[in-house]
Amino acid sequence: MSEHLLSATGLHLSFGAIWALDGVDATLWPGEILAVVGESGSGKTTLLHVLSGRSAPDAGLVAYRDTEGVAHNVHAMPAPQLRALHRSDWGFVHQNPRDALRMEVSAGGNVGERLMAQGARHYGVIRESAIDWLRQVEISPSRIDDMPHTFSGGMLQRLQIARTLATHPRLVFMDEPTGGLDVSVQARLLDLIRTLVARLGIAVVLVTHDIAVARLLADRILVMRHGRVVEGGLTDQVLDDPQHPYTQLLVSSVLQA
Amino acid sequence: MRPAHPEVLRTEALGKSFTLHMQGGVTIPVLRDLGLTLRAGECVVLSGPSGTGKSTLIRSLYGNYRADTGRIMIRHGGDWVDLAHADPRVVLAVRRDTLGYVSQFLRVVPRVSTLEIVAEALTSRGTPPDEAKLRARSMLLRLNLVPHLHDLPPATFSGGEQQRVNLARGFIPNHPILLLDEPTSSLDAVNRDAVVELVAEAKAAGTAILAIVHDMTTRDAIADRLFHLTPLREAA
Repeated sequence: MSEHLLSATGLHLSFGAIWALDGVDATLWPGEILAVVGESGSGKTTLLHVLSGRSAPDAGLVAYRDTEGVAHNVHAMPAPQLRALHRSDWGFVHQNPRDALRMEVSAGGNVGERLMAQGARHYGVIRESAIDWLRQVEISPSRIDDMPHTFSGGMLQRLQIARTLATHPRLVFMDEPTGGLDVSVQARLLDLIRTLVARLGIAVVLVTHDIAVARLLADRILVMRHGRVVEGGLTDQVLDDPQHPYTQLLVSSVLQA
Repeated sequence: MRPAHPEVLRTEALGKSFTLHMQGGVTIPVLRDLGLTLRAGECVVLSGPSGTGKSTLIRSLYGNYRADTGRIMIRHGGDWVDLAHADPRVVLAVRRDTLGYVSQFLRVVPRVSTLEIVAEALTSRGTPPDEAKLRARSMLLRLNLVPHLHDLPPATFSGGEQQRVNLARGFIPNHPILLLDEPTSSLDAVNRDAVVELVAEAKAAGTAILAIVHDMTTRDAIADRLFHLTPLREAA
């Protein structure tokens, strides 16, 4: 039996009088895709930031088990060690790719930069790898020297994914990765994420308000409301046989195409 | 000595109801104290009028619905697993290796081709991609889906065509247990016959099949026995 890759217990975080996280537990197995769904203000994005060490909780523990099987308290880690983790084992995909990409650096440079941060030095190897990753996210290698501002929104999001996955992380945090994209572009991106993540065996914590996205990508789902997890389990079970009143409301509110 | 047709699935006092919080919390009991056994190589068809919980039973057995009470014992590899109380990861492993399900409706990622959808049922279980595509192609042809459809996503297909994609995906991994929820409802006679043939082959290979089939001809052609469900009265 393998062990948890990431586990969070008793997470609390308040913003003034409001509990953004009010006693949240969560676990993630290696290679598993966990979706966190809920409306705006439910605390799902806050949870993502706390799990990934970007924000500290008022109380509670987040533990990450590294490749050697050693557990680390994410919020007790020295900052350089946490930054190193974000450059190597972990990746973070933002809703707005402009938050992650360097807009003044070429597409190839954006991918190569992550590789160099991990220690790659040989220019030819880095460029080869960048070309390979652009291809994998369906961006023509002829665009390698183009600046990101010449790319469409969907291409920018694919470039961010290439940049994130190029270093072969074990764990990727995704914040609304398909948000703000046209439906046709979304479908393509979903397929891409699903295929790459399965092939590379990456574990993902995916925050989304879109239940259809969670259904297509996630093995397991957590439903959040007012900073609490109201229901969790196998994705299709939670969505097809929701038990909690709030989950029933959420599922019944989805528009059928 | 082991019996030639060992039990592979057994429910014990299975119960399932739905509580509708959007409708004032009314509770609708659907299954109560249900005991069903399924043996390797047999096909059991669920009978009973509409609304008696046939689909609910199939979905509960697949772990798609959460059983309220009782146990769902599934022979998974060399072990028995209680699917009603199993960890989500165990349920996913049982679905990958042991338990197949053909639902009434096809639900897939947009943009993915029909061939890839069917081949993925094999590659996700470790079959090399080339072999998976080859077998997917021949399975689709057996279900009379013409080659030019294989490279298209099934979103624009007719109901019958989508149902055959679903069947191809369900039959191709050769699961030891297969649950079929109205697999022939949108099919013409030729394609119903193709399904009857697939079921017969699966049974001969030792697959246990539990099915909901309304069409009498198909039912008589595949069923070894019927399992009758009777409606429960609504709780006050």
